[in-house]
Amino acid sequence: MEYTWDFTVIVDAFPVLLRGLLVTVELWVLAFAIGLSLGFAVSLGRISGRPWVNAPAIGYVEIFRNTPVLVQLIWFYYAFPIVLGQQLSPFTAAALGLTLNTSAYCAEIFRGGIVSIARGQWEGAKAIGMTRAMTMRRVILPQVMKRMLPAFTNRGIELAKVTSLASLLAVNEIMYQGRLLSSTYYRPLEILTVVALVYFVLIYPGSYLSARLERRLAARD
Amino acid sequence: MDETVIRIRNLHKRFGDLHVVKGVDLEVKRGERIAIIGASGSGKSTILRCLNFMEMPSEGTIELDGKLLGTEGRANGGRAGRIYSEAELCALRTRVGMVFQQFNLFPHMTVLENVMEGLITVKRTSKDAARSRATEQLTKVGLLDKLDAYPGKLSGGQQQRVAIARALAMEPEVLLFDEPTSSLDPELVGEVLRVIHALAEEGRTMLLVTHELGFAYHFADRVVFIADGVVHETGTADEVLKHPKRERTQAFLARFTERAF
Ligand SMILES: Nc1ncnc2c1ncn2[C@@H]1O[C@H](COP(=O)(O)OP(=O)(O)OP(=O)(O)O)[C@@H](O)[C@H]1O
Ligand SMILES: [Mg+2]
Repeated sequence: MEYTWDFTVIVDAFPVLLRGLLVTVELWVLAFAIGLSLGFAVSLGRISGRPWVNAPAIGYVEIFRNTPVLVQLIWFYYAFPIVLGQQLSPFTAAALGLTLNTSAYCAEIFRGGIVSIARGQWEGAKAIGMTRAMTMRRVILPQVMKRMLPAFTNRGIELAKVTSLASLLAVNEIMYQGRLLSSTYYRPLEILTVVALVYFVLIYPGSYLSARLERRLAARD
Repeated sequence: MDETVIRIRNLHKRFGDLHVVKGVDLEVKRGERIAIIGASGSGKSTILRCLNFMEMPSEGTIELDGKLLGTEGRANGGRAGRIYSEAELCALRTRVGMVFQQFNLFPHMTVLENVMEGLITVKRTSKDAARSRATEQLTKVGLLDKLDAYPGKLSGGQQQRVAIARALAMEPEVLLFDEPTSSLDPELVGEVLRVIHALAEEGRTMLLVTHELGFAYHFADRVVFIADGVVHETGTADEVLKHPKRERTQAFLARFTERAF
């Protein structure tokens, strides 16, 4: 099989790919930041003793964790607008799906971290008049952040990768641009190779830093 | 010595179907030292924990300094009862301090930070003032040389003394101790009891749940014997521990072979 690689098309295609990269990063940062905060809120529901708070939180988490991300994105693009009575832009639908999906996973990470702290510490804090919120902020989270860091980094890395699924909703992120350019230039192999490289450059520093951090934290304990 | 600090009326506590505290009435006078004794599972801890609302009473009222806590309302399940706001309970807990069997210190904070925490977050004291007050309390419990140590590096006795300093720093009117020496190695019990004894000398109002009857005898103005979630017998240390009137109290005391009083 003979194939002559020709990377010269990349010179023309690169600016468009970069614009796509920008959208990818936007999607990633948005979904991760909001997903983390929302996930924290959901985890509070998850650990609540009140069934009417607890049960919906469990349902939420399980639905997002037990259905494919792609199905979720498509659902938010096609089905959700019908429920809502208003059309969503592809970007909004993808961002929404990715954010909620991320929040469900983050909720489980937060929950695991929070319940790993002995109940006695809640009691110690309560006995000196600290509210639950104060205890969370000053006693619980500072201890579990370190423990949860690897899990959150993995989530971040995973999310960076699944943003590529947004291309199927025609969100003009880098994967979508790659596919368009492939059919424009008839050079899919070169273009997708470069797309893969761009993802790698985007994601690898995060994995590298987190692995180092994890080793450092492990050494300290 | 006649002023009532805490008045409990008809206190009940249920955990689901389990009725643990079954109508306790108790008055605590300012400066009074009360030892609460009784068999395991009789409800001693639960009664104590209701006093600073670590557990929510199922029924009954608690007055602090003559003021009835909570407001009338409908509790869970629609029954009439008292409802308490988080703000009220947090404020109350700074006035009624508690020391636990398991110390419950914050492992990521130094000894000094543990004691400063409540002052800074709850009382909103400035850092400098909090540091000096915390240092003062830690000096009192004999831990001035451990300010920067982490709890994990301390002995159980030292940890418990930090926990006492942490409670004291809030300047509570009443101190509750739930078996403060039960999880300690025997050789560390003395140092904690000495600290509690010194607090008693200061005239603090204290309630102590304990199995150390010898200590209870010397410590308490009044001993309360709990059986099956009610006050079965109460009186001076002499009356209850040396000359118990009721059979059940006698039977309980008979189980302690070496009496140190
Ligand atoms: N949070 C809880 N949920 C359910 N049951 C509880 C709870 N706390 C206590 N109980 C039950 O209430 C009863 C009384 O417990 P409590 O801890 O007050 O006894 P105690 O007199 O302090 O015993 P001990 O001397 O062993 O400390 C026990 O049967 C215990 O199992
Ligand atoms: Mg107990």
